[in-house]
Amino acid sequence: MKPTSDMPAVPTALDRPNSYIGRSVPRPNLARLAQGRGQYVSDVTLPRMAHVAFVRSPHAHARIRTIDAGEAKQAAGVLAVVTGAELAKVMSPWIGVLTHLKGIKSAPQHPMAIDRACWQGEAVCAVVARTRAQAEDACELVRVEYNELVPVTDAETALDPATPVIHADLGDNLTFERKHEAGHPDQGFADADEIVETTFRFGRHTGVTNEPRAIVADWNPGEQRLTVYQGTQAPHMMQNLFAKHLGLEEHQVRVLTKDVGGSFGIKVHTYADEMATVALSKLLRRPVKFVADRLESFVTDIHARDHRVRAKLGVKRDGTITAWEIDDLTGIGPYSVYPRTSGIEANQVVNLVGGPYTCPNYRARARVVFQNKNVMCQYRAVGHPIATSVTEGLIELAAARIGMDPLELRRRNLIPDDAYPASGPSGIKFEALSHHACLARLDTLMNYAGLRAEQAHLRARGAHRGIGFASFIEVTNPSAAFYGVGGARISAQDGATVRLDATGAIFCATGVTEQGQGAEAVIAQCVATAFGVPIERVRVVTGDTDNVPYGGGTWASRAAGIGGEAAWQAGKALRQNVLAAAASILQADPRALDIAKGTVVDADTGRERIGLDEVARIVYFRPDTLPPGFQAEMVATRHYVPRAFAFAFTNGVQGSYLEVDTDTGFIKLLKHWCVEDCGTVINPQLVDEQIRGGVVQGIGAALFEHCVYDERGQLRNCTMADYLVPMAPEMPDIEVDHVVTPTADSELGAKGAGEAGTAGASGAIMNAVNDALRPLGARPITDIPITPDVVLKALGKI
Amino acid sequence: MKPAPFAYAKARSLDHAIALLNGTPEAKILAGGQSLIPTLNMRLSAPALLVDINDLTELGRIARRNGQIEFGALVRHAQAEHSSEVGQLAPLLAAALPHIAHPAIRNRGTVGGSIALADPAAELPACLLALDGEIDLAGPSGQRTVAAEAFFKGLFETALTEGEILTAIRIPAAQSQDRFGFAELARRHGDYALVGLAAAARTPRDGSRTIRLAYFGVGATPIRARRAETALAGGDLDGAVAALVHDLDPDDDLHASAAAKHHLAGVLLRRVAGQLGERAA
Amino acid sequence: MSDRIDVAFTVNGEDVRAQVEPRQNLVDFLREELQLTGSHVGCEHGVCGACTVRVDGAIVRGCLLLAVQCDGRRVETIEGVSDSGDIADLQAAFCERNALQCGFCTPGMLLTAQDLLTRGNGAPSRETIRLHLSGNYCRCTGYHAIIDVVEEVALARTRQAR
Repeated sequence: MKPTSDMPAVPTALDRPNSYIGRSVPRPNLARLAQGRGQYVSDVTLPRMAHVAFVRSPHAHARIRTIDAGEAKQAAGVLAVVTGAELAKVMSPWIGVLTHLKGIKSAPQHPMAIDRACWQGEAVCAVVARTRAQAEDACELVRVEYNELVPVTDAETALDPATPVIHADLGDNLTFERKHEAGHPDQGFADADEIVETTFRFGRHTGVTNEPRAIVADWNPGEQRLTVYQGTQAPHMMQNLFAKHLGLEEHQVRVLTKDVGGSFGIKVHTYADEMATVALSKLLRRPVKFVADRLESFVTDIHARDHRVRAKLGVKRDGTITAWEIDDLTGIGPYSVYPRTSGIEANQVVNLVGGPYTCPNYRARARVVFQNKNVMCQYRAVGHPIATSVTEGLIELAAARIGMDPLELRRRNLIPDDAYPASGPSGIKFEALSHHACLARLDTLMNYAGLRAEQAHLRARGAHRGIGFASFIEVTNPSAAFYGVGGARISAQDGATVRLDATGAIFCATGVTEQGQGAEAVIAQCVATAFGVPIERVRVVTGDTDNVPYGGGTWASRAAGIGGEAAWQAGKALRQNVLAAAASILQADPRALDIAKGTVVDADTGRERIGLDEVARIVYFRPDTLPPGFQAEMVATRHYVPRAFAFAFTNGVQGSYLEVDTDTGFIKLLKHWCVEDCGTVINPQLVDEQIRGGVVQGIGAALFEHCVYDERGQLRNCTMADYLVPMAPEMPDIEVDHVVTPTADSELGAKGAGEAGTAGASGAIMNAVNDALRPLGARPITDIPITPDVVLKALGKI
Repeated sequence: MKPAPFAYAKARSLDHAIALLNGTPEAKILAGGQSLIPTLNMRLSAPALLVDINDLTELGRIARRNGQIEFGALVRHAQAEHSSEVGQLAPLLAAALPHIAHPAIRNRGTVGGSIALADPAAELPACLLALDGEIDLAGPSGQRTVAAEAFFKGLFETALTEGEILTAIRIPAAQSQDRFGFAELARRHGDYALVGLAAAARTPRDGSRTIRLAYFGVGATPIRARRAETALAGGDLDGAVAALVHDLDPDDDLHASAAAKHHLAGVLLRRVAGQLGERAA
Repeated sequence: MSDRIDVAFTVNGEDVRAQVEPRQNLVDFLREELQLTGSHVGCEHGVCGACTVRVDGAIVRGCLLLAVQCDGRRVETIEGVSDSGDIADLQAAFCERNALQCGFCTPGMLLTAQDLLTRGNGAPSRETIRLHLSGNYCRCTGYHAIIDVVEEVALARTRQAR
């Protein structure tokens, strides 16, 4: 086994005795999961709980004429059959717009369709029964009559006058348009010796979380309280939304997340069928459970990354990049998803193209258009894979055009490591990045020169290997600039409460959530270090709006950087409180004391003075022995939000080494590398595993995953046999290394790392494929997923 | 995805199974269930009765007799995969079996089930065709044997009629002068093939070399590429590859275009020809 | 039409008697009737492997086997195999190496890995491990850490056996 070795200690204010910062501590909750003793929402059962199944539109666009539920209501086990119109009386609709995306527009969306179904799979009727099987039986008895309408299924023509407008009130099918111009792009193109111009196409794909979306809603009329078990990444956000749309006060709503079988952004959104389930519980006054089955998941879990990007790059023969230009068109579903909007992905593409590089000349246009397909919204690495693949694809096409090594071209254009603070061409602000240090590290790590030699040697024998790279930046630790400024009640700050218990153990409640990335471990490491106890003495609780500080949850790679900092500060604050109590017990100066390995000690000599369990015993059970006028406080809560920078950008570079079978068009991935700088690394093993998992999701996009729609808006592949997710035999080993540039915006200096793998992987692979095929005269491939058909066509073999 | 309700009966004997199958309209045989149960879960099919034949242990044997190797219909893929007899006497099947899905599926899926379902992208039907095998069927009117040539009729359509049960398949045991070749292209290990080829080259006592090339994943059934066979038997590999365009007529599907399938069929032929020992002229 | 059927079998060594609807599959039966929620439902068409359990010692898809078919059989789930201690080394190594993140695929992954390691073919190569796990979907780890663990545990067991 090659466990990730611990990071070398960086002496800073973090230099606490027995520090866990930088150590690959195993996560405390893993034994439970490895024994099959987890508690996922799909495991939750409550007394009198009923199950809901939905009748879903088979048509991409259709008017709903009638719904006849007579026979369904009589079926065995059925408790209720409810239509969209009936549910609308219980729950108000929503619109997925935010004010900081200027001009974004969308139509009201209800928990179930009322007059019109707007995508294949949209729920039109709910059947609630004692078992899921009975609910499905009754769904077959519901008779819905539709008048089919012409579906809008081609983003390229969505704005044509001849194309039907999905929401007449909105005037056209344009959700959002953003234009950006910086520097002097026309001059830049005029100054170029070569112009690389091409069109990139990215196939729509989706998250395929292993545990499907699951929710159990429990409206208790006696308490007038709603409890929702949900595999959500943002419990406080959902608490707010459930209350808002049911006309309740927020304190009447409790959201609980326990174990979640994967989310990756899929589970941070508001889903109509989940809202419907909550509304049904209120309507029926009993718990109602909804678990999306796999067929439902494919047509209702948010899709992502359906983009066509026309891109242009100007470059001089000496390698200087002179201008960037993109025109991005993305086709979403019929509604902008709530509350984060479906404009963010395109907005990120505009923000991130050209980001690592010095060239300031940039013109961008992005348009988001409605279609009658499943909804689209933020999925791991939102927009980054598109922007990175476009940027890095142009870079390597340019390198080939002027006959320069692709790493050398990057060296001549990446923002120098000592040039910070700096801005990207879209105006995004960088505190301090390390593109060059990462590139140098990658060069050595993958033995680039050796691989080139091997490539040449094998090419002479008819084997075609390719090496491709992707430099990237990643948005992490977002401030309110991401959503809050637009009017969304999505919290960018986060909090942690830390408490000394009666036997001297530490309890911590945090507003960030756990979906398997290890937030609980990272929080425990921060608390244990800041406070001064062995980590086994720290218990972390997440995912309960009744019992954790108000927070944002997990998204945009914020749990370690923001949640960790709040926990760090809370740990420090509690240490002060406990030392105050210990000092009063010992009649000592609190500034001369410290806590180390669970004991109060002399700060300078380390001599043990009094155990934490003893301090707790006195404080909780013998306060009569404390000096008069002294009140011990064994609890501390701290919050944190980044203020200096809107986002803590991280950076990295990935390398892909692969072989293309030029007879079959099949690609074998030989190895993958990622050198990443996410600032202070709190738990190296967890960070590396996030990167590995993220890389494989990027590989899925690059080679396998595609939601294929026909022109009638029917999803042709909605099973796991037909939608290809990465499985073990086809994946490479992935080597990860780090450069460390801490952020000064927090004491820990940790940035985020959860999405970096996905941001760069597909671009690196696309570049490697083109590197392999270029000497054969193949047309450059700029469509992903890269299937055998794509390769064979590029080679002119079909 | 819960199936529609159905009744269930466990057959005590083959005759009992036939009686149950014919006693209820819309009854289906439950053997391995690895293909049947997904279709039930997706409500693509809603039989009234499942007749479970898993207790008919006499159908679970691999036996060698009269120069043939016989597989009872209930022989599990895993059982055949790990059988040394199969490795020796049916090397083409031994090459194909590890490509079928994944270990947990192979523990339950049956040889008979795979032949009876006849998925166009499945390995075993093509192997049976390449080996000129035969299939035993039992029904209310008795037993009959159908040659593989006559068994696969259309998309999921075989000579098996509704009231019959497939009981065994038989293939000639491999002789020392036989050569076999197998290759398939799938996006991921265990997936149904984009294109696959099962091939057998035999030199019977009269000396004339016969080659049987059975493609899968390129049509509604496994398909013999007869013109290519003739060219290849005559030593003309390039001619054989060229002939495929006349032998095969694949459609576009989700994972490969018809043009890609044509091209890949040719690539596989060259690779399999190498396994058969047939070099380019 | 779908009258319940009496079945009797063992689950993790305990006798179970039940009257089951023919259409109820084994993993749903285990989860809902016996509250053995360690086996998970990810696809209900046999592709993801999250429902992998053992029947008469062999790994199978719990979503592709009917509960009625298990009459007279010996069923083992992750809970039972875990309590037996037979995979304690695998579980410890999974936790140490972080070869699980959300944990949803993990029970199926552990049982399938144990299936490979108990075949008596010595320590498998990384490629063999990847092939044997080809039917177990993991979205979180990217598989690398899982392969590391199975490779290492296999080697350790081989050393112990000598």
